[in-house]
Amino acid sequence: MTTEIAPAALTSRGRGPGDSRRRMRSLLRALPLLPSVLLLLAFLAGPVIWAFYGSLTNAALTGPGALSPDFVGLDNFVRLFTDPTFPKSLLLTVVFVVASAIVGQNVLGMWIAVLQLRANRVVSAITSTLVVAAWVLPEIVAGFICYAYFSKDGTLNQILAGLGLTGPNWLYSYPMLAIILANIWRGTAFSMMIYQAALNDVPPEITEAAMIDGASGSQRFFLVTLPMIRTSVSTNLMLITLQTLAAFTLIWVMTAGGPGDDSSTLPVLAYREAFQFGDIGYGTAIAAVMIVIGAVFSIFYVALLRERPTPKPAEGPRPRHPAPEREAAS
Amino acid sequence: MRIASIAMVAASAALVLGACSGGGSSNDGAKTLKITYEKSDSFTVMDTLMKKVKTEFEAKHKNVTVDLQPITADDTDYSTKLALSLRAASTAPDVFYEDTFRVKGDIEAGYLYKLDDHLSSWSDWSQYIDSAKAAGQGDDGGHYAIPLGADTRVIWYSKPVLKAAGISVPWAPKTWQDILDAAAKIKAAEPDVVPFTMYAGTGTGEGTVMQSFYELLYGTGDGQGLYDADSGKWIVGSQGFVDSLKFLQTLYEKKYAVTPAEALDANVWKTVVGDLFPKDKVGGTVEGSYAPSFWEDGGPYPWADYAEKVGATPFPTQNGQAPGGVSMSGGWTLAMSAKTKNADLAFEFMTTALNRENALWYDTTNAKIAVRKDVASDPSYLKANPFMKEVSDVLEFSHYRPANGVYPKISSAAQEATGDVITGKKTPQQAAADYDAAVKQIVGADKTIAK
Repeated sequence: MTTEIAPAALTSRGRGPGDSRRRMRSLLRALPLLPSVLLLLAFLAGPVIWAFYGSLTNAALTGPGALSPDFVGLDNFVRLFTDPTFPKSLLLTVVFVVASAIVGQNVLGMWIAVLQLRANRVVSAITSTLVVAAWVLPEIVAGFICYAYFSKDGTLNQILAGLGLTGPNWLYSYPMLAIILANIWRGTAFSMMIYQAALNDVPPEITEAAMIDGASGSQRFFLVTLPMIRTSVSTNLMLITLQTLAAFTLIWVMTAGGPGDDSSTLPVLAYREAFQFGDIGYGTAIAAVMIVIGAVFSIFYVALLRERPTPKPAEGPRPRHPAPEREAAS
Repeated sequence: MRIASIAMVAASAALVLGACSGGGSSNDGAKTLKITYEKSDSFTVMDTLMKKVKTEFEAKHKNVTVDLQPITADDTDYSTKLALSLRAASTAPDVFYEDTFRVKGDIEAGYLYKLDDHLSSWSDWSQYIDSAKAAGQGDDGGHYAIPLGADTRVIWYSKPVLKAAGISVPWAPKTWQDILDAAAKIKAAEPDVVPFTMYAGTGTGEGTVMQSFYELLYGTGDGQGLYDADSGKWIVGSQGFVDSLKFLQTLYEKKYAVTPAEALDANVWKTVVGDLFPKDKVGGTVEGSYAPSFWEDGGPYPWADYAEKVGATPFPTQNGQAPGGVSMSGGWTLAMSAKTKNADLAFEFMTTALNRENALWYDTTNAKIAVRKDVASDPSYLKANPFMKEVSDVLEFSHYRPANGVYPKISSAAQEATGDVITGKKTPQQAAADYDAAVKQIVGADKTIAK
């Protein structure tokens, strides 16, 4: 968003020759945006458009479809929606996103961030380090760690054995639980950091005022603090939803979508179809469906943002409150 | 030195070829040949061979650089990555290692170079047995790939385990029931041993069908298996399919095999050949003719006295009907990219890798069945693998996969059926019905035939 700071003299001009000049000027002002628009078109819109186009062809890695892909219209989608594995995969994807991101990472991240506000500095530093460590690991490494943790003779079952319990084969009996827990472990740090930053921006005098008015702790959080950081909440939700929707490496390393297809979320299904069976067109159709699902989630979050105007103007820099002197600043 | 003389012959052949070919390999200017093959912790033979050929080849062609580009992956991922690189001239390797069952699909994709013109002037071509020549053939009758060796599948069993259960060795089951009876005996005598395991599920991929399910399926009914060659249609609704699934279900239900969880793990074969066999913890399994290469010195799981401890026997037909045994054959080839700019050089590289000397080394080291007559009759080849007779004898009733472009998907549907049955998700009838539905969806109902 650019904010126009036009001198009053110019804006008070009536119609006439000034019109075209103004249009000219706004075009000129848009000029610096051109490179980034071109880049966005080439590297973001391009692949998305190609994905939708590719999903309408029978492009393949081998066989006649590799030599000269034919346009097959909506055949891939018809096949997809009549494929018995698709509804299951869709359900698993929604379960994975809701359980591991929207509930798991989001709530846990918020909870840790709120606790961090009150924790002493040493505890908070240690906690932050531990939580962030899981997040900075490359996904493939995180995947192997979780595989080693949940596998039949893995760390978790060793611990349980130490307690005299026999752990199940998690990756085989409860594959979804295992990948959901793994993804929560890996992704919580992101939500935690976003919420820490957001909570730090809430002026303490507002919560203090609520406290003086007799609001309990939970009331203060849900009625005062949360509405004030709504923007951050919905931004965070959007980001982690889209990230989790596209999660592939973690699942692939831990269960490869198995046993059978019991943990085949849409990205795993798309990968299998496109690269293991060489059916690029069909795999791309699955990817196109994922784009749509991501868009639906995003629209929902944007709507959430606009639902009620926040008490303060949504745009423009917030007037900075001088932070009250904190004791023991160092 | 035989190598020297072969190099001489090859060099003169190259001169002749160079003279014959209109343009192409003029020997000026530096050229690079890109070679792609598979390499993994348990498969380094190809890497060794290619390095050797590179040395030979570069010594002879001073201006050619051979750029070896191994791909470290399992068979499926290797083929995917290879197919991706073959799509464009700038990334396509000149010569590459290719699974026979992908040849037909890749011909249709226009990835492979038609070799017939080159083969006509290659004297060694007459040494190849007919089935090997056919393995690289397209529907147009042209040859697009040359096999390095062939393989078969047999039952490998543990003599100590069978003896302890009171089963006399050499063991030669004649029917499926014989296998189940033996497994029951082993289970009763040695409760901590896996009596008889067979692969199932999608984890082991093509191994599930080649080293387990097809041995069952092709031993039922008229032995047509998946595909009716006469009508060119895929077989659905066959009782043999259900019976084969039932057999696998029995193995897993009665705990004769590894646990279903282990079976679905892609690495189960490593457990079976690398851990259970050497520890006398498994009665038997179906594995490729190349199994000894796992246990040889220098293999991934060296096992000094495997030749005394292990026996091999053909997999029986369902009720012992003719031909009395079942095996599946496959193998890998060398092929050339249709987009290569140095066809003559690439072909010469291939023939160097495939010459008698190198083929002999590859087949003996990798425990492959020779496809060249001169290698097959070589005394050192016959000595190299103590089971050479057993694994070569089953060639007479060995089947090849109906490897056209849709085959990988059909195979995957069959793998899923086996996985669903051993985990108890579906009954054999249900899984077979779902397979039939999947096949109809893949090839169209008009391309199926009920048997």
